[in-house]
Amino acid sequence: MAQTMTEKILSAKVGKPVTPGDFILAEADVAYAHDGTAPLAIKVMEENPFMYRVAHPERVALVIDHASPPPHLQAARAHTLMRRFARRFGVRLYDVGEGICHQVMAESGLVRPGSLVLGADSHTVTLGALAAFATGVGSTDIALVFAFGATWLRVPEAVRGVITGTPSPAVSGKDVVLDLLRQVGADGLTYKAIEFVGDGLRHLSVEQRMTVSNMVVEAGAKAGIFPADDVLLSWLGDGARPLHPDPAAEYVDEVIIDLSSLEPLIAEPPNVDRVKSVTDVEGVEVDQVFIGSCTNGRYEDFATAARILRGRRVREGVRCIAVPASRRVYVRLLRDGIVQELARAGCFVAHSTCGPCIGAHLGILDAGEVAVSTSNRNFPGRMGHKDSRIYLASPATAAASAVEGVIADPRRYLS
Amino acid sequence: MRVKGRAWVLGDNVSTDHIISGKYKFKAISSLEAMLPHLLEEVIPGFSEKVRPGDVIVAGRNFGMGSSREHAPRLLKMAGVGAVIAKSFARIFYRNAINIGLPVIEAREIPNITDDGDTIVVDLSEGVVANLSKGVRERFRPFPEEVVEILRAGGIVEYIKEHGWFPWAGSTG
Ligand code: SF4
Repeated sequence: MAQTMTEKILSAKVGKPVTPGDFILAEADVAYAHDGTAPLAIKVMEENPFMYRVAHPERVALVIDHASPPPHLQAARAHTLMRRFARRFGVRLYDVGEGICHQVMAESGLVRPGSLVLGADSHTVTLGALAAFATGVGSTDIALVFAFGATWLRVPEAVRGVITGTPSPAVSGKDVVLDLLRQVGADGLTYKAIEFVGDGLRHLSVEQRMTVSNMVVEAGAKAGIFPADDVLLSWLGDGARPLHPDPAAEYVDEVIIDLSSLEPLIAEPPNVDRVKSVTDVEGVEVDQVFIGSCTNGRYEDFATAARILRGRRVREGVRCIAVPASRRVYVRLLRDGIVQELARAGCFVAHSTCGPCIGAHLGILDAGEVAVSTSNRNFPGRMGHKDSRIYLASPATAAASAVEGVIADPRRYLS
Repeated sequence: MRVKGRAWVLGDNVSTDHIISGKYKFKAISSLEAMLPHLLEEVIPGFSEKVRPGDVIVAGRNFGMGSSREHAPRLLKMAGVGAVIAKSFARIFYRNAINIGLPVIEAREIPNITDDGDTIVVDLSEGVVANLSKGVRERFRPFPEEVVEILRAGGIVEYIKEHGWFPWAGSTG
């Protein structure tokens, strides 16, 4: 029978064909948690001696990224707990500065086309860009996966996301996913997987695909999967096998995203699906620009920002905070002089951390302040005071806004 | 398995941040109880003191959206909430709730007609939810037997403790 990528991956996991609606018990290839979710998972394991074990240490990782380096004692304590656990069971620990969990996992080589990836964080879906079935779970779930190697899942229905056309230079993965959110709304994909196909895929690098997969959860999706096509296989560069949906696979719905007609988009507070054309909100005054997070903290994102900021200055009165998603990204940016360009233009460039994305530290917004952020959520209080306002946009739009001090159209800078 | 209690009515898009703000996350390391007074504090002031065992939350669409924090369903259960009924749930909240033994029911009609304080009854195995105060009954798709087993055990950890393995067959570990 013709299968979606979701059905292929999950069928392979259980060794027999599965169909949407089935409840299955599946073995995970990769399981991870961060300093916001690992402490509760570890606590569950400690309180239940029968669970105080790790079935496959080589498949497990703990990542210190949320409050990192620790801005307060409680975070420091959480980190200590994680380090102790990692040592006790011989699991990987990515300590302060290594990067944001989803990025670190993408770089780790653990995630392969066809992998089942479970992370104790909603943005685990990011790894769907590597043709994996990657989904976020809670702390008890991840504790059970750590302990027994498996979890239960309901096989989701899938929606086909058809990407066509050729994007203009100021348009990137962020605009693609904002267009998707505009079309389906904040709960339009609840319980479903979305699988991306179409001739436009060859214009989307793996980094941009990660931006798209990252935010499918903002529509409630369980997974956002790209095929293992030539773009991905050459990015992986190690003989991974192709993975595509069967041509006759059944989808419950279809969304079409035409790259050719896409313009720079922006999500107005307080909801991620309040998507407008940048031209509709141009001129709104900005206090802070944040370029980073697991959505848009990768090499291309800063290279694009640097193209706009090169030879220009961040407007006086604006804080422009740039935070690479991993140490590896940071080192590449250093090597290529991009950190220097950003710093010279007036950006605050930091080591990798989630920090500003969740208002943990490094850029908390005060009441009444306005931010343009390349992250993924803009509900009240996400980055600080509940009366601050967050606009979500691409790195290009964020950098253009940093230069002008108001929300600005990046097409003036990139053509 | 049956739940009976008073209704607390909420709207659409109640996020895990509304249920328990992320700023209390690190309190959970020492004790979850310490977070209890902050449960739903911005939507129902004083909720943790007013709620009685078995009470039911009745909400609109996309209940539990946002972060994956499991503290949200855990605290609801710890406070005594017997079930959450909503038009739809965010998926991570939904599975977290099942995992920790808090029944979550999708209903179309009940959220439209329920007022605060109405008496609600849920029968999980039968797949029926009723608002006794309004005399309205609604069927929902019953859970698979395995999921009812998890809820009956009080959560998946309790289930595995008792039976040694998940309610689904499979080999690993
Ligand atoms: S960068 Fe933001 S969205 Fe991504 S994992 Fe960190 S806190 Fe979550």
